[in-house]
Amino acid sequence: MYKNTIAEVCQHLANGDYSSKELCQHLLERINRFNASHNSFIEVSADSALQAAAKADELRASGSAAPLLGVPIAHKDIFCTSGVRTSCGSRMLENFIPPYNATVVDKLNAAGTVCLGKTNMDEFAMGSSNENSYFGAVANPWDTNRVPGGSSGGSAAAVAARLVPATTGTDTGGSIRQPAAFCGITGIKPTYGRVSRYGMIAFASSLDQGGPMATTAQDCALLLDAMAGFDERDSTSIDRPAENYSASIDQSIKGLKIGLPRQYFTSDLSAPIADALQLAIDELQKLGATFVDIDLENQSLAVPAYYVVAPAECSSNLSRFDGVRYGHRCESPVDLEDLYKRSRAEGFGREVKRRILIGTYALSAGYYDAYYIKAQKVRNLISQDFTRAFESVDVILGPTTPTTAFKHGENSDDPVAMYLNDIFTIPANLAGLPALSAPCGFVEGLPVGMQLVGNYFDEGRLLNVAHQYQQVTDWHAQIPAEVDA
Amino acid sequence: MQWETVIGLEIHAQLATRSKIFSGSSTDFGAEPNTQANAVDLGMPGVLPVLNRQAVHMAIKFALATNAEIGRRSVFARKNYFYPDLPKGYQISQMSLPIVGRGEVEITMDDGSVKTVGLTRAHLEEDAGKSVHDAYAGQTGVDLNRAGTPLLEIVSEPDLRSAKEAVAYARKIHSIVRYIDICDGNMQEGSFRCDANVSVRIAGEEKLGTRAEIKNVNSFRFLERAINFEVERQIDIIEGGGEVVQETRLYDADKDETRSMRSKEEANDYRYFPDPDLLPVEVEQSLIDQLQQSLPELPESRKARFITDFELAEYDAGVLTADKATADFFEAAVEKSGASPKLASTWITGELFSRLNKAGLELGDSPVDAERFSGLLARMHDNTISGKIGKQILDQMWDSTDSADHIIESEGLKQISDSSEIEKMIDDVIAANPSQVEEYRGGKEKLLAFFVGQVMKASRGKANPAQLNELLKQKLNG
Repeated sequence: MYKNTIAEVCQHLANGDYSSKELCQHLLERINRFNASHNSFIEVSADSALQAAAKADELRASGSAAPLLGVPIAHKDIFCTSGVRTSCGSRMLENFIPPYNATVVDKLNAAGTVCLGKTNMDEFAMGSSNENSYFGAVANPWDTNRVPGGSSGGSAAAVAARLVPATTGTDTGGSIRQPAAFCGITGIKPTYGRVSRYGMIAFASSLDQGGPMATTAQDCALLLDAMAGFDERDSTSIDRPAENYSASIDQSIKGLKIGLPRQYFTSDLSAPIADALQLAIDELQKLGATFVDIDLENQSLAVPAYYVVAPAECSSNLSRFDGVRYGHRCESPVDLEDLYKRSRAEGFGREVKRRILIGTYALSAGYYDAYYIKAQKVRNLISQDFTRAFESVDVILGPTTPTTAFKHGENSDDPVAMYLNDIFTIPANLAGLPALSAPCGFVEGLPVGMQLVGNYFDEGRLLNVAHQYQQVTDWHAQIPAEVDA
Repeated sequence: MQWETVIGLEIHAQLATRSKIFSGSSTDFGAEPNTQANAVDLGMPGVLPVLNRQAVHMAIKFALATNAEIGRRSVFARKNYFYPDLPKGYQISQMSLPIVGRGEVEITMDDGSVKTVGLTRAHLEEDAGKSVHDAYAGQTGVDLNRAGTPLLEIVSEPDLRSAKEAVAYARKIHSIVRYIDICDGNMQEGSFRCDANVSVRIAGEEKLGTRAEIKNVNSFRFLERAINFEVERQIDIIEGGGEVVQETRLYDADKDETRSMRSKEEANDYRYFPDPDLLPVEVEQSLIDQLQQSLPELPESRKARFITDFELAEYDAGVLTADKATADFFEAAVEKSGASPKLASTWITGELFSRLNKAGLELGDSPVDAERFSGLLARMHDNTISGKIGKQILDQMWDSTDSADHIIESEGLKQISDSSEIEKMIDDVIAANPSQVEEYRGGKEKLLAFFVGQVMKASRGKANPAQLNELLKQKLNG
C-alpha cells in the first residue's frame, strides 16, 4: 500500500481494494515506526486523520466524487491548520494553534484529502538542511547521516520514506526543489501568485510560493489541480483560471525546445551530477525534445540579490512575533523593551536571528539604496535573462543542486556555503517563474535532481515534460532499502 | 526683533468606509474593546491584507476637490516599528509614491483676505490600535478595534504664517472632507486629527528654523492655543540664547502647554520599503472621470452660486457654505419655505446658530430640522407671524416636535393684519393716553415707540408691525 502513488491510491480506493481508513492506518503505523529516527513529522494527527478517513469512506459510499477523496497527505508546518498546532519549526510558535486554515489547506480539504500531520521544516522556512528546526533535524531516508535538504525537509523525507504519498511544501529560494532533489522525489514551485499564500506563514512575501511534493510528476499535477487558483484573500494571487494539470501531462513532448544554460553547465559542476543530467538529456531527446545552449548572464548575481531581498522582507514579516498577542513570551518581563527583547531572543533560533539582522541592516537609512534597491535592480536583470531565453526555448533544464545531500553538520558553521546550495534554484524565485525538480539518477547511492524552469503559468508544461520522462525512467520509483518493507 | 512663524500641518482624516482598509472588520466607533478586530487586524501568522477600494476612491475624490495630482500608480510601503498597539510590527502606509500629489486650497481670513495654501501630498495608511493605560493596575491593555481603520494623511506645505492661518486651513480641509463625504470630521472621536510642525525665524530670513512637531491636538481651539504656546516657547529659547531642538511635542490641553515627547535622536529608523503583500494601485482615467462626476458642488463654487442666485452678501454666503450641512439646510429651507434667501440666511446664521451654540450641538443634531424650520420661515414670509413671534415659536419648536403651524394655531399667534382691527386698537390707546398724544403732536416724536409698544401689548404681540407703524403715524398725525 505504501508504495502506491496518489494516482494509484485513487484507483484502489475507487475499486474498493482498500479503504481510506485502512490506508491511513497503515501509513500511521509506518510514521510511528520511522518518525523517531527520521523526525520528518512535528505533529502526527492520528485520531483526526482516522476520523477524516472514515468520513471519506462514508462519503465515497454515498457517491461523492471529490477528486482526492480519502487520499492521505501531510502539510508542511508552515500552513495554518485550524485547531492544529502550527509551529513553523520555531519555539516562537511552539504552542500556537491557529483558529483558521490556510487557503491551501481549505482547498485540499475540499478536494477530499486526509491530513496525517504536520511535517518538519527549517525554522520559518529559513535553511537548506532542515537543521534549523526547533524540533530537531530530519534524517534523509537514503542515508540517515545526511540532511534531507530544506526548508521543506520533513515534507521531502516523509514522501521519500513512503510515510505519506504526497505533502505540501513552500519554496522561497528552493525549499521545495532542493529537498525534493536530495530525497529523490518530485516537487514543483508554481508561478508566483498561482497558489494562494493566505495562511502560509510568511518568510519573504515576494518570493514565497506553496506547491506539492510527491513521488511522481503526475501526483504533483493531481495535487496542484486542487491547490492552484485565485484567492481574493491574497492580493498577489493571480486572477486567472488554473489549468487542469493532470489532464495535460500525457501530451507528447516531441518538438519541445529545451534550453541548457551555459552558466549552469560549467567545469564547476560536479562530474557525476553532470553525467546524470546528460543521461536525462539523452532520454528527453529520444522523446523528441531538442536542446539548445542559452545564456542566463546574470545568474551569478542571484544569490547575493536573494540574500538582501529575502532577509529584508523577513525582518519585517517576523516583527509580528513580539510576545504580545500569541506565541512565545518570556517569563516576567520588567518592561516593554524587556518583553520584546527576551521573547524574541528566546523564541527565534540562530539562523532566523541572522536573517532578521541582515534584513534590518539592508533596510536601514543610508543602506537602503545600496542594498535593497540594488538587489531589486538585479532581480529585474535576472527576470529579463529569462524573458529573453523564453523567446527561443520552451523549458530550461539544469541541475537542481550543486551537490547531493550533505552530512548533518557539514555546512553548519559556514552560512555562505549553506546559502550556495540554492544557487540554481533561487533565480526562478527572483523571477517568479515555475520550476520543478525530478529525480534523474544517483551518485554514490544518493539521489540527483534535475530542474526544469518554465515560463510564467507554464507549470502544466513542466509537469508534462517530467511525467513523460518518468514514463521512460524509474528513478522516481526507487525506495530507500531501509524503509522498503 | 521681528519674528516670523512658519507652520505646516499634517492632518489625519479617518475615511468613512464601512470596513477597514485591509480587512473586512467594521470601523464603527465605540464598540467593546477588540470586538472589531479579525485575524488580519490582529496580525496573526500567515494572514494577508486586501485593499479596500472605497478608501482609494475617497482619496481620489480628495485629490479632485483640491486640484491635486492623482498618483496614477501609488505604492503601499511598510513603516517598521515595534509597539503593542501595532500588531504586525509595521504600519502599512505610503512613502515615495502617494495616491495624492501636489494640490492647493484657498483660505479666507476674518479680514476677508484670501491666501492659497499648498498641499504637499496626501497618502493612505492604516491606523494603529489603542493602548489602554488605566484599565488594569500596573498593566497596559491593547484595544485593536481601531487598528486598520483607513486614514488619509494630508500634508501641507509650510505656507502658514500664524496660528489663525493654521486654524483657517484646518477648518478648510475639515470642510472639504465633509463636503465630499469621505470623513465625518468628528474631532472628539479622533476622526480628524491635526499635527502641527512649528518653527520661527527672524522676519526676512530665508532659512527655516528648527521645527517641533506638536501632536495630540483634538480641536481647532486647542490647535490655535498649542501653536501660540509653541511659538512663544521657541522665541523665548532663541532670545534667551538657546537653540530649539527638533523634537515631537505633546499638547496638554489642561495645562495649555506643549511638552517634549521624543527628540530626533530617539526617533525610529522606520526602514520603509514597498509592501510585498500588496500590488501597486493603478488608477484608470475612467475611474477618475466617474469619481469626478460623483463629486458634489464644492464650497468655493457653491459660495459663488449663493452670491449670484440668492443675492447674498459675500460674508453670509461664506458662512452658509463653509459647511455642507449648513448649505444643504439653507437651500432646503429656501426651497421649502418660499421665503427670501435673506430671511432664511438671517434666521439660520442668527437664531438657529445661537441656539445650537448654546446647546453645544452640531447642525446635524438640531432638534429643528430643515423641514420644520422652513415651516416657520414660511409663516414669517407670508406675514402670518412677526419675527418676534417667530423667535417665541422657534423656542417652542426646540422643545417639541410640533410644527410652526400647529403652534400658531393652538396658541392663537397669528399676526393681525386686518387694518380695521389694528385701527380699533390704536384708537383705544390714543383715547387712553391723551397727554402723551399731546406731547407727541407737540414735537416729541420719540413717543411713537411708546404707542407702538402699547398697541403691540394690546394685540399680545400679534399686530403686523409694519402695518401698525403706518396706521399709527397716520392716526397721530391726522
